[in-house]
Amino acid sequence: MKHTIAILVKDHPGVLARVSSLFNRRRFNIDSIAAGHSEKKGITRITIVTEGDEHILEQITKQLNKLVDVIRVRDLPRDISVERELALIKVSTKSVDQRTEIMQLVDTFRGHIVDIEKQALTIEITGTQEKINAKLKLLESFGILEIARTGKISLSRGAQRILN
Amino acid sequence: MKLSGTEIIVECLKREKVEVVFGIPGGAIIPLYDTIYQKASFTHILTKHEQGAAHAADGYARATGKVGVCFATSGPGATNLVTGLANAYLDSIPIVAFTGQVISPFIGTDAFQEVDITGITLPITKHNYLVMNIKDLASTIKEAFYLAKNGRPGPVLIDLPKDVQLARTDFSYPEKDKCTGYRPILKGNLNQIKKAALATQKAKRPIIYAGGGIINSNATQELQDFVQKTNIPITTTLMGLGSFPEEHSLALGMLGMHGTYYANTAISEADLVIALGTRFDDRVIGSGKDFCPDAKFIHVDIDPAEISKNVRVDIPIVGDLKYVLTKLIQFTESKQEKDWVDRVAHLKQSYPLQYHHDDQLRPQYIIEKLYESTKENSIIVTDVGQHQMWVAQYYQFNYPRSFITSGGLGTMGFGLPAAIGAQIGCPEKRVFCIAGDGGFQMNIQELATAIYNKIPIVVLIMNNGYLGMVRQWQELFFGKRYSSTNLEGSPNFAQVAQVYGGKGIRVSRIEDFNTALVQALSERTFFLIDCLIPSEENVFPMVAPGESINKMLGVNES
Repeated sequence: MKHTIAILVKDHPGVLARVSSLFNRRRFNIDSIAAGHSEKKGITRITIVTEGDEHILEQITKQLNKLVDVIRVRDLPRDISVERELALIKVSTKSVDQRTEIMQLVDTFRGHIVDIEKQALTIEITGTQEKINAKLKLLESFGILEIARTGKISLSRGAQRILN
Repeated sequence: MKLSGTEIIVECLKREKVEVVFGIPGGAIIPLYDTIYQKASFTHILTKHEQGAAHAADGYARATGKVGVCFATSGPGATNLVTGLANAYLDSIPIVAFTGQVISPFIGTDAFQEVDITGITLPITKHNYLVMNIKDLASTIKEAFYLAKNGRPGPVLIDLPKDVQLARTDFSYPEKDKCTGYRPILKGNLNQIKKAALATQKAKRPIIYAGGGIINSNATQELQDFVQKTNIPITTTLMGLGSFPEEHSLALGMLGMHGTYYANTAISEADLVIALGTRFDDRVIGSGKDFCPDAKFIHVDIDPAEISKNVRVDIPIVGDLKYVLTKLIQFTESKQEKDWVDRVAHLKQSYPLQYHHDDQLRPQYIIEKLYESTKENSIIVTDVGQHQMWVAQYYQFNYPRSFITSGGLGTMGFGLPAAIGAQIGCPEKRVFCIAGDGGFQMNIQELATAIYNKIPIVVLIMNNGYLGMVRQWQELFFGKRYSSTNLEGSPNFAQVAQVYGGKGIRVSRIEDFNTALVQALSERTFFLIDCLIPSEENVFPMVAPGESINKMLGVNES
């Protein structure tokens, strides 16, 4: 089963290495990892999507909590969280017709065209991982040149926050 | 007043009441050694290899309960510490290691003697630091000592670029560490402790399984009080030896791969296992399948991550054992399960540890003789291998911190330097180092450290001419194909000790050993006894790899 874990860490050099090395040496899986500033200065928020049963999730949480630079660890279950991923997809365009077709498609699934050239255009999509995967499938037939995905980020619904 | 980085280090070590540091200088740490030369409040012991320094700091920490400190230079000096740090990490021993580093502008350029030691030691330290700014130095040292000794203890490394050592800043030692991310839970949850008390009350066949956590938490008295009140039989892990007096009638000795048959059988028959400061290591639980099939588990540990890691437990309690046991004693009524105590006593009587008694100098005899001749006020340090298991089986440890051994990592070469550290930490005690002829040669250079510094340890070498434990496995599980385990070409260790300026004697007969031991005990000087023992003696009983722990080889009924 997939789990999304939010990890608040001190913004120290090497902190991402500490977290990812822990996953590696204890054979925990990382599906995606995203890191960026949090609402508090000096604290970074890392979001990791991992796979495993409850026992593995418990071990991951406990082992992460042992890292001195880790301040908080939270499992964010889907039903009580909002989650998003951003993807940039570069698609090749062979004709004007094709380009129009793609643009209509992107418009329908509420993506944005962020770069256009004669031979290619770049699409921005945000959404759940499933939504992005579905859109990617639609675009496959046009010929995808490159994909960049941020990995999932997630916040719990309501006024609740991890750091008080 | 402005102080240099190295003056700050020396000052901080003084505030932390550091008495001794083990280490070796080198290019990137010359400034620190220069300050030591001028104004250190601690003794510096020059070892002959950085691994020796780390193990000596480790032995010092285990013997005294204080934080061990070691120094090494950058590059190879730092990498030589690695085994010592891993050893301390796996056995939860508090060490603070300082390493020199190339000047900060050179970091990342593959400069001379540069290694990424914080990267290398990431998985084998509790935490580590690369200090890039002199202003962070004092608070980093404060935090390092706090982390090393609080919660589950462990090694911490501080990497010091040479220019940071030389920089100057205003010094003030912080009153409190700023370690916001690390606050161990010391007071166990009272409801959980009450649940544990109730389970203890109800159990018909309870057993205590105690580990090194009892010793780390200084909870040996509480453990004895708990046993006194509940009359529950107790078995200890290798790391737990000394946490409960072996001479007690309810003590079952060590359990696990080379544990006693009665301990392994008793725990397998138990309906309640009370695990205290231990981590269900594979050398204890065997294959894990059918481990205590009828038992409920109570597990008390200061490290939440150990709870339900290897075995799912029913009543977890995170906290300091001294606190938890005190409460548990309060909540538990006196009890005695007579049938169970009788059953365990019967097992203990029927399947004692046994070895062959003849005119040969057997290792088990040596350990028994040593036990008879030493008692209180002694510290037994071992290396790793067969002799280590014979010590665990045949020496009856009655006091905490009287047994020092490399448990988790199983580091051959640990014994001699650790014994040096233990003796320096406890000058009033008699320290014995028991080693095999294989492991002894892995840090044999520390003979110079011991003898030059007049460290009065007694070294007993169980010399069987083999890497004995590996040879035993080859004999039992690999068709006696003794691949690369014969140690032909080893020197006469007594003569080696003599060349270094110490006393050494080689013995191969029981009477000669007895005489040599009496002589060693009557003097207060470095003394090595090279004991030639039968070459193919095995450690029994034994759980074969992959087996359940109550299925043991080499069990004899008395």
